[in-house]
Amino acid sequence: MSGTTVPADEEASRGPAVGRVALRRPRLPGWSLAALALGSVAVGTGVGLVARLDSRGQWGLIAALVFVGATFALSASVEGRRHAVDRLAAVLVWACFIVAMVPLASLVWETVARGIPGVSWYFLTHSMNGVLSWQEGGGIYHAILGTVEQVLLASVIAIPLGLLTAVYLVEYGRGRLARAITFFVDVMTGIPSIVAGLFVLSLWIMMLDFGYSGFAGAMALAILMVPIVVRSTEEMLKLVPNELREASLAMGVPKWRTILKVVLPTAIGGITTGVMLALARIAGETAPIILLVFGNNMINGNPFEGAQSSLPLYVYEQWGFGTEQAFDRAWAAAAVLIAFVMILNLVARGIARWKAPSGGR
Amino acid sequence: MSSPSAPPPTPSPPSPMKEAGARSTTRLGDRIFSGLSKGSGIALLVIMAAIAVFLAIRAGIAIAADEGNFLTTFEWDANADPPRFGIAVLLFGTVVSSVIAMVLAVPVAVGIALFISHYAPRRLATPLAYVVDLLAAVPSIVYGLWGALYLVPRMTGPFQWLDDVLGWTGVFAYDGTPARSLMTVGLLLAVMILPIITSVTREVFLQTPKANQEAALALGATRWEVIRMTVLPFGRSGVISASMLGLGRALGETMAVATVLSPSFLINASLLESGGGTFAQNIASQFKEAGSMGRDALIASGLVLFLLTLLVNGAARLIIARRKEYSGANA
Amino acid sequence: MAKRIDVSALTAYYGAHKAIDGITLHVEPASVTAFIGPSGCGKSTFLRTLNRMHEVTPGGRVEGKVLLDNEDLYGQGVDPVSVRRTVGMVFQRPNPFPTMSIYDNVAAGLKLNGIKYRRSELDDIVEKNLRGANLWNEVKDRLGRPGSGLSGGQQQRLCIARATAVEPDVLLMDEPCSALDPISTLAIEDLIDKLKTEYTIVIVTHNMQQAARVSDRTAFFNLAAIGEPGRLIEVDATEKIFSNPSVQATEDYISGRFG
Repeated sequence: MSGTTVPADEEASRGPAVGRVALRRPRLPGWSLAALALGSVAVGTGVGLVARLDSRGQWGLIAALVFVGATFALSASVEGRRHAVDRLAAVLVWACFIVAMVPLASLVWETVARGIPGVSWYFLTHSMNGVLSWQEGGGIYHAILGTVEQVLLASVIAIPLGLLTAVYLVEYGRGRLARAITFFVDVMTGIPSIVAGLFVLSLWIMMLDFGYSGFAGAMALAILMVPIVVRSTEEMLKLVPNELREASLAMGVPKWRTILKVVLPTAIGGITTGVMLALARIAGETAPIILLVFGNNMINGNPFEGAQSSLPLYVYEQWGFGTEQAFDRAWAAAAVLIAFVMILNLVARGIARWKAPSGGR
Repeated sequence: MSSPSAPPPTPSPPSPMKEAGARSTTRLGDRIFSGLSKGSGIALLVIMAAIAVFLAIRAGIAIAADEGNFLTTFEWDANADPPRFGIAVLLFGTVVSSVIAMVLAVPVAVGIALFISHYAPRRLATPLAYVVDLLAAVPSIVYGLWGALYLVPRMTGPFQWLDDVLGWTGVFAYDGTPARSLMTVGLLLAVMILPIITSVTREVFLQTPKANQEAALALGATRWEVIRMTVLPFGRSGVISASMLGLGRALGETMAVATVLSPSFLINASLLESGGGTFAQNIASQFKEAGSMGRDALIASGLVLFLLTLLVNGAARLIIARRKEYSGANA
Repeated sequence: MAKRIDVSALTAYYGAHKAIDGITLHVEPASVTAFIGPSGCGKSTFLRTLNRMHEVTPGGRVEGKVLLDNEDLYGQGVDPVSVRRTVGMVFQRPNPFPTMSIYDNVAAGLKLNGIKYRRSELDDIVEKNLRGANLWNEVKDRLGRPGSGLSGGQQQRLCIARATAVEPDVLLMDEPCSALDPISTLAIEDLIDKLKTEYTIVIVTHNMQQAARVSDRTAFFNLAAIGEPGRLIEVDATEKIFSNPSVQATEDYISGRFG
């Protein structure tokens, strides 16, 4: 850098000493952290009892703060500042994990614990026809039927559209059009579900004057599903080695048959996974359903005519009634919904794992 | 494309489909298939354009009829004659609840991502990453139900405590009513966007070149110093774009807000007391009572939400694109 | 400054797999020792046990002793972080920190010391080490630019400057030239020759001419079969190994009959 001081001799050119380090240094034994943790819990409990804090959360917070502070202070005095910072970071990272797991575990636990008792064969096979909000009984058959029909209709629209678009982007697309499509697929990924609902509302119901129906909801769900399918399919198609395509083309197989017979089958595992994850995502959507399917207590098996229900909408409606009986039904339906979504997810990931070796990686 | 049977007087213009140019005999199957796939892509563009156009038309009708100021009016009487409505409260509520969610979720998400990528024992890290991905798939209505029936009653104590300590600021004043406020909404949104931010951030952290981490280790860095020297600088833009994706989710979230918030068309100085609203929540809550003009007004507010999320997602894409260039230059 | 290394009965594992078995070896201070042998014979693993980098790999563990001037690196109370600070390492592929400038790359290790340097002191250290790595004249006008903008050979010399800046006692080099072109390789070899007055250098190489050119002593590693642990076959003065090795396998390897 600045060459103002020209080193006079070898010694000066060595510059400032960097300093030796000892290999050994004092370290906190493992039990000291356990002792600190116990001590912190004791302090938290003690302060909580003395100050009469009624929330266990506050006790825990005090204990956690004491633990973090004491660990840092002790480590800084014994091991030095650098190692104290290292320990502090480790404690905070663990704390983040624990703090985040509490609400997420509680969510799952509450849904299972409050929902499972309400799930019965009767619940799964009956509708809410004639059941008032303060009465017990009733079921979700109509909602399951609605969800399944709407999701299937949405997939019938979204899967071909998404697959073909992905094929275009990977196999054909060049230039401005492909870039525009890529960009707008990204934009579509970020559309709030309620906005997709408003669009179908303004076009299908308000302008073309069709009524509420499962199909109207399915269109909005398809808008949400397409970009997910495009994205995941695109990723999978890109993983298919070019040699496979070239080998097939070199044998004189036309490009479209190469894509259908070689490229898509090679990537089918990953594509299926992506499609199922997209299904799981839209199966839980509520907002567009409120706007477009409207809700119905009775069984309506025709998705093209008249209002239907769906599982997420059912949960929302039952919550809205505000009675204990309705809350029980809401939890039970939420448990069924979570189970539905989780099964889709697990199957999708199972397929991904099962197909992974032949997926052309 | 010109028909092969009648040779054109001038050389045919280069075909947009490269097969046609490359081979003399264009197979019908190829043309149909490439046309179909191109058509799908164009259909997506048409849908996007239609969304913007139809929302804009409806919004235009509503805004033209609005007797109040669409941006500043603190009312929502869209079904009255003449209609008076404005989005001031909704914009405030949407932005505030999402910002609370971001402030709470991003540091914790980065912490969990680091935990999975660099701290957790391997036997714990893999299943944990799996669980986080599964949690990202839990439907928002379930979060909403949990928020309304489990979280809200449990927020009274902490809010009371916040009021004791920070009540004098006004922002954290609390009157002891059920905690169906923007703060609770923000907290619930934070829990909801935590898994998605975590899983994107984790992927970025795991991509940090091992060579750089080993270089830092070999210089005598502690684990935290390795993270600070290599993982965090490398993952910074990834964290930002993950946060933006989370923000986009929080802005557009409907059900979790509709179930938890006790809405009103006021801006309450205190974040802990009920009141306020968000775009998506307002649409879901008002829809069933809305007449023709009421729906148009809701669509107008939906258009603002759409633009807001476009802005946030666009920013996220821009950051990701920059990052690609950046890492490409270093490859 | 330069320290002597005495390894006795060192065995390293990856999980249940034994990678190297019972290695006993002495490395003279202020000299260059080369490790040669066929791929998979554990020479890189062995190198990584000398600064406790092996245990960073999941499942990696070590048995045996590594004495650095009579102090056991694996002894009780020894901090691996301090070990790595004392025994520097240069890797197979140049790995400057991509987000840091050339200057910051050299200063990276110093910032870990917990000592606050004045700007002028840091400037001096950076210049001294870049000069030491024969890189100063090429980069002195662009110290603020990212290190990743340099050529491969320059990047590797930058990594050497980064390693020497913290003034280690030993410098380990894991095939430092395998990703470089011949001219850059020559520059690095010149540099190694210059550095050995101040550091104990251990270099792993696949290139036997390189071992012959740069090292004072050479250790030959081999493995009985794929999946078997690597063993030290013999170690001796480089001239002896290349002219008249005492083990037949060494001669076979050097004369190109296998590996």
